[in-house]
Amino acid sequence: MRFIARRVGFYAIAAWVAITVSFFLPRMVPGDPVAGIIANASIHGCNPYCVKALELEFGVFNHSSLLVQYLQYWGNLFHGNLGVSYFESSQPVTTLVAAYLPWTIGLLGVATVISFVLGTTIGIFLGWRRGSRLDWVVPGATFFQAIPYFFLAMVLIEVFASILKWFPPQYGYDITLTPGWSVGYIWSIIDHAMLPAFTVVLASAAGFILGMRNQMLTTMDEDFVLVARAKGLHSGRVVWYAARNAILPSVSNFSLAISLVVAGQLLVEVVFNYPGIGYLLFKAVINHDYPLVQGVFVVIVLVVLAANLIADVVYAFIDPRARQEA
Amino acid sequence: MSTNVTTLLTSPEPAPTSRGSRAIRMPRSPKIIAGLVILAVFAVLAIIGPAISPYSPNEINQNWVKITCQQGPGLCIGEIKDGVPGGYVPLEVPLGPSAAHPLGTTLLGQDVWSQLLNSTRPTLVVAFLAGLVATALSILIGVSAGYLGGSADEGLSLLSNVFLAIPGLPLLIVLASYVPGADTSVIVIGLIVALTGWAYGSRVLRAQTLSLRNRDFVEAARVSGEGRLRIILAEVMPNLLPIIASSFLFTTLYAIGAYVSLAFLGLAGTPTSSPPGPWNWGIMLQQVFDNNAVNTGYWWWWLPPGICIALVGTSLALLNFGIDEFINPRLRAVGLTRKAARKAGISFRATLGFTPVMGGRKAPVAPASGSDDGRGGSSR
Amino acid sequence: MSEMSPPARAPRTPTHSTARQADPVLEIRGLTVDYGFGTEAVHAVVDCDLVLRRGQVLGLAGESGSGKSTLSMAAIRLLRSPGVITGGEVLFHPRPVEGESSDPTIDLLRADEAELRRVRWSEISVVFQSALNALNPVITIGAQFDDLLKVHRPHLSSTERWDRGVELLEMVGMTGERLRSYSHELSGGMRQRAMIAMALALEPQVMILDEPTTALDVVTQREILEELMGLRDRLGFAALFITHDLSLLVELADEIVVMYAGRLMERAPAASLFRAPRVPYTYGLLHCFPPMHGERKPMEGIPGSPPDLRALPSGCSFHPRCPWAMERCRKETPVLTRLDASGREAACWLHSGGATVPAELALADPGDRGSSAATRRVAR
Repeated sequence: MRFIARRVGFYAIAAWVAITVSFFLPRMVPGDPVAGIIANASIHGCNPYCVKALELEFGVFNHSSLLVQYLQYWGNLFHGNLGVSYFESSQPVTTLVAAYLPWTIGLLGVATVISFVLGTTIGIFLGWRRGSRLDWVVPGATFFQAIPYFFLAMVLIEVFASILKWFPPQYGYDITLTPGWSVGYIWSIIDHAMLPAFTVVLASAAGFILGMRNQMLTTMDEDFVLVARAKGLHSGRVVWYAARNAILPSVSNFSLAISLVVAGQLLVEVVFNYPGIGYLLFKAVINHDYPLVQGVFVVIVLVVLAANLIADVVYAFIDPRARQEA
Repeated sequence: MSTNVTTLLTSPEPAPTSRGSRAIRMPRSPKIIAGLVILAVFAVLAIIGPAISPYSPNEINQNWVKITCQQGPGLCIGEIKDGVPGGYVPLEVPLGPSAAHPLGTTLLGQDVWSQLLNSTRPTLVVAFLAGLVATALSILIGVSAGYLGGSADEGLSLLSNVFLAIPGLPLLIVLASYVPGADTSVIVIGLIVALTGWAYGSRVLRAQTLSLRNRDFVEAARVSGEGRLRIILAEVMPNLLPIIASSFLFTTLYAIGAYVSLAFLGLAGTPTSSPPGPWNWGIMLQQVFDNNAVNTGYWWWWLPPGICIALVGTSLALLNFGIDEFINPRLRAVGLTRKAARKAGISFRATLGFTPVMGGRKAPVAPASGSDDGRGGSSR
Repeated sequence: MSEMSPPARAPRTPTHSTARQADPVLEIRGLTVDYGFGTEAVHAVVDCDLVLRRGQVLGLAGESGSGKSTLSMAAIRLLRSPGVITGGEVLFHPRPVEGESSDPTIDLLRADEAELRRVRWSEISVVFQSALNALNPVITIGAQFDDLLKVHRPHLSSTERWDRGVELLEMVGMTGERLRSYSHELSGGMRQRAMIAMALALEPQVMILDEPTTALDVVTQREILEELMGLRDRLGFAALFITHDLSLLVELADEIVVMYAGRLMERAPAASLFRAPRVPYTYGLLHCFPPMHGERKPMEGIPGSPPDLRALPSGCSFHPRCPWAMERCRKETPVLTRLDASGREAACWLHSGGATVPAELALADPGDRGSSAATRRVAR
């Protein structure tokens, strides 16, 4: 599958670019941010071992060139060593990431799937039955697309948590409960995930609806859809002929879509104090916890690129022309 | 070519012309008009905002803040702690809308309406600046890639695909954290936002340039010896204008969201830091969040900036739709809509492949006729 | 609505009967089609009559924009929005089965969706100009055959459906293995053959061919046409062949109808039309194509260009370009009337107004009027 191999190679290059940028950035900034970072670190609870680790990481006593440090950094990466966070009581970054990441993937995964399925289905319907009574959804979705995710989160918190008190307004679970596999704990997880998930779904579905509708309208103009009608196929089958083709651009534009959803998810986590990786990045940035920022950034990039790769594989399956192009 | 009615009404694109001498036709679509009106209102506010603002946005109106000196008389004056001048205590409850403060106040007694007015200009300036720079970048890279082809195309496409694949906001956060001046200068932030937003436009422009490059009129220009740059500027670009406009709007929409998000996360500087960053709608929302005002129902504080963002975003999206319909007539509602049918006084359901039949007489259906019955002409 | 399998038919006998004797299978009477509604409606087809007889090939000729595709698509209600049928009827006469009474005639314009679905493809099928666009690009050819057979021949098992697909492909000169291919994996000629095979899958009584070979190169064009005519001889369906290329029709068709600006101009047996046109437009069309043999003559063509359907000339639509136009042509629109006893029809004031007919339009009809297209092809 030359097609897949090419895509893997491409994603490797993209990952390399992102990681390199993140490595060089603080070291290229004028002034001496490294000293500032270490000074800051000690104040915020970085114990002596942690300070030592930071000094090693930033090569304070290591007078080797930037290039050598860069290679060392890559060496560390391949050993799964992302450095040590000094703000979070000197925990290794990998541990922190492992604790926070599942929350994000759970929330993001579920919300994105629901949003995609819902948005695409509504979009197909709006395209097929143009001029129907449901057409008011189009201007509505246009408006929703322009609302920032975090603002929508605030609105929903106000309405559903403050006024109606249906859902809890903050956190990923009830902090008074002990974590474990108890029913109460699991229920509180679901309960706390409802509003954040609802926010993400509401904000991202609009984009899927409008995109799919436009793609349907364009595809329905193709001859083969008319031929399906001319052949006397049932309406459902004719719609399928159109939709099966209309959905292709949605998958090939996946990188743009996931970039936007990840951004939105990040903000939603911040607003809800939801313990996901976006929230972790936010805290890291605020606290100038550079190793954590860099580590989380690397992880986010890798996860997103992996998702893109999966989308590419799916695309190769659903579009026979793509397989030939390699 | 003669007029083919079918292509007239449903052609996939307006026929490209050489030399771009035709005037740029602005279709009279309600979407475009609505979008332009909203944008115009905000543009006016951006220009005159600070001038008509009744208070300074930072100003803590002394009349409205409880004055309590906590350390005893004579010891508080002149101190500033956490942004609040000595002797003042933040309001327990921000004041709601009233005659003096049409949109109420913040927890620090600042007038929300003034903050809104002062925020409009920086927000819009950054958004449009970022949109312009990003569009310029995407034109440069996308059109070059599409036109030059070969290894230049490969290289430039790789560049834009890499930037497209890397998730935008995380990259923005990292950049904004470490690039100097991001928290004070509108221009620096604008450039950073542009850096993360040009990739999609360049891909679209590249695809369109590729398809135009193989058209006859470009081929003719090439054969007649016109220089490459001249062909790109005079022949290709005029036909790309609608797509460039659409890309600009889309990128600006992205930019406003990105800028507001950065401000919300505290990465675009705050007006109370030193040196101070500009006011914008994102900062307003950040302060709401910082002061935990969401759960407490002070809607006048956080609803206005959010709605402003949404309105500007919607106007951009509407303009974008209008242009999309211009580029792709398939998206236009031509002729047979429910509205048109109702106006004409008939009701029907227009489904693909079941052409509606209007009126017509119900002729008795004759059995299969035999041999030629000597039919005359077609007149009735 | 149950999908019944059709009643068993008597084995077909290929009809080489002359045009006049066979029963009509599809009668279009007074068909009028507009694009749009009310005052803005564009009249694409005005009051057209066509009679397609069993086993006959009827040619429909005209330039782009003449309305020929609109006419044929409207007849089977496949016209896209914003097309509306504003009058007329389209009668389909099912073939009578030996020993049983025939199914009743159906007016396609007044049939409901279920009826249309039953009749479509099983009785009337269509071959489009561009097979690349007419075939679904993401599923195999075999899957498209399968869809078809599943709906109309529900009693067949999946193996039987596959076998039928193989049989059909072999009938058009392709191997059964091609059922596994996607449309982009086939050459242009093969795609068109696959389309034709699909059109024949249910042994329809009528096949509408809308410029089936225009998109192909000349060599493939000839191959496909010969294939097509061979199939027609074997299976005996009636064909409505639409094209702008009159020279093709002269060989293939039994009868030709010429269309201009939405109206029928002339109707005649093919040989008569070719040798002795009666209408200035037909005359002009015939003299656009240089003959392969014979003496060299200056090329004439028709001055001017076809009219915009939204702004038709008054009276006869052709009068601005007609070398024999009279005062009457500017004022009154001629209708298709029978010329003398030969059965030919023409819409021209030269013939029905008592004026003198120019020599070019008064040539003698060729002697062997009864020759069918088949014998003409053999003779070449």
